[in-house]
Parts: sequence; C-alpha cells; structure tokens
Amino acid sequence: MIFFLLFITFFQIGLLGFGGGYSMLSMIQAEVVTRHGWMTMSEFTDMVAISQMTPGPIGINSATYTGYTAVVNAGYPEWAGLLGSALATFALVLPTFVLMIIISRFLLRYKSHPIVESIFKGLRPAVVGLIAAAALLLCTQDNFGSPDTDPWRFWISLGLFVFVFIGQQVYKLHPILLICMCGVAGLILF
Amino acid sequence: MLELFVTFAKIGLFTIGGGYAMIPLIKQTVVDEKQWATEEELMDLIAVAQSCPGVFAVNISVFIGYRMKRLPGALMCAFGAALPSFFIILAIAIFFRQYRENPVVASIFRGIRPAVAALIAAPVFRMARTAKINIYNVWIPVVAALAIWMLGFSPVFVILIAALGGYAYGQLTK
Repeated sequence: MIFFLLFITFFQIGLLGFGGGYSMLSMIQAEVVTRHGWMTMSEFTDMVAISQMTPGPIGINSATYTGYTAVVNAGYPEWAGLLGSALATFALVLPTFVLMIIISRFLLRYKSHPIVESIFKGLRPAVVGLIAAAALLLCTQDNFGSPDTDPWRFWISLGLFVFVFIGQQVYKLHPILLICMCGVAGLILF
Repeated sequence: MLELFVTFAKIGLFTIGGGYAMIPLIKQTVVDEKQWATEEELMDLIAVAQSCPGVFAVNISVFIGYRMKRLPGALMCAFGAALPSFFIILAIAIFFRQYRENPVVASIFRGIRPAVAALIAAPVFRMARTAKINIYNVWIPVVAALAIWMLGFSPVFVILIAALGGYAYGQLTK
C-alpha cells in the first residue's frame, strides 16, 4: 500500500511542481510529513540540508531520500527501501518526461499563447507563496528548540537563522558554506 | 548515444544546490563543446523548461536528448541526469539513518536546521522580483503562504487554484 501511495504522491508532485526544487519541497513537506506522516519534521529538515549539500537536482535528491526513509520508517526491510526510493524518483520524473516530449514535438510554438500566459500570471506569484510557506513551516520547536524549556538552543538557533539569511541575501555566500558553518556552530554550542 | 548519457551524468553530478546552477555548465557543454544546439535555441529551451513543472535539470536534458535521438535519446539523457544523484543520495540515506542518533551528528544537525529554514526563506524575495510581484498581485503569494501555513491547505490545491484563477482572469479581461 505504501508503494502505491508513494507513486501517486510523487507523480502528483512531479506533475504540479511548478517553480523548481524549492516549491516542490513545500509539496513534499505537505504530503510526506503532514498528510501521510512518513517522516518527522526534523527528519524532513535534515533531508533538505543533505539534498542541498549533495550533487544533483534537489527534486531528485528529496524523492530518492524520502522514498527510502518513508518505507524503512514504516517498518519494511532495507531492500524494500531501495524499491521505495526508485519508485518515488521514477514517479517524480515520469509526468514531465512525457510532457517535455509532447512540448518539444508540438507545443514549442504555443509558448506565448494568451491562455498559457494568463495561467502563468496566476501560477508565478503562487509559487512564491509556496516557498514562503515551506520556510514558515520549518520554523517549529523541533527545529529551533522551545524558548521556555530550552532557551539556550532557541536563541542560538534564531541567531543562526538570521546569520544565514543575511549571509545568503546580502553577502551571497554559498549555501554549502553556510550549512557547514552552522554544522560547526552546532557541534560547538549544542 | 552513450555520449548523451555520459554528458548529462557529468552535468548532473557537478550540479550542487539545484537546477539553476546547471545552466552555465549546460551552455558550456551543449553549445560550446558539443554544438548540439545554438545558444539561442538553448535559451528558448531553458525558458520553456523553467515554466514547466518538475525537475528543471531533467526537463532540459529530455529536451536535448529528444532533439538529438528521439525517444531513446530522451531516455538516455533523463537517466544520465538522474542516476548519479540517485545513487549518491541513496547511499547517504542508508548511512545517515544509522548515525542520526549519534550525539555528534545530532548536535551538528541541530545547528544546521535553522540554516535550512533561512536558506529557503531567502530566495522568496529574489523570486518575488522574477515573478513580477507588485502591489496588485502581492496578495496572491501572501494568501497562498497563509493558506498553507496556517490553514493547512495542500500546496497542490493552491497551485491548481492559482492556475484556474489565472485562466479565469485572462478570459474576463480579454
């Protein structure tokens, strides 16, 4: 059953994942953490960090990682996890594989069709909202610690958040560098 | 044929941190070295691949593979772009599961998690510029984010509504 659900879930994400890896992450989070409970929020956050640090597209990385972890978390053996990761990745790629072939055959000239353009007038701003929601949903007690029971961790987490945000936004530091710096900070401070 | 696979496997492998980092590498390989497409054609392909759903890197490789060798070419390129990262991340997922509870690993990741939230928050503002957000449509991302974050709407549902809304708006203002 979990295999069927994995396929459907990632097929849907592949089909409707407009706006690249980050907006896909918000769909993966909604389906995998909130709806099906295949992973905890902190497992999901770790997965995002790992996807960003390893080579390859974030969408592929997160489908592979989620497919494996979801199946093994559900109590299946290791080999079933391999199957889960292959299935999730295949399901993610399948819809746009077909779509791309159709487009490169027929639709390249309809690129600036008014209906297509008006659909994207609604889609593009919504994708920005999707990514904002993904960031907001990651700001949980699991990821930051609680200000009441664990103020030390909470305030340091908040500081790291601000540091990375400014480092990325203002100084354009590389994400991998920022992740590594926070990893070292975590090792020393927590 | 094998050349297509190897080329896109290389492009897939050397892209760290997502699809858009691939563009200069794709241009250098596909346009300058292999001359599979002109720069102008590639720019058109990139524009279409960007507006399509799914994984950008796979989209662009399917496009080029299909142009070169039809369906087998598209399959080769898609596998090339996806397989290396598939195996790498799978190995890491298996490995990481066993060490997640390790105290050293756990404290490193406690430091990394706030960074992940910030790394996703930062591109929101950059993307707002690319998506041409202005005072007339700024309500769309705000409502979308709040609906997902506070009311628990599914992002899939939000995307469908946004596409329908755009279509309806286009019909009304015609």
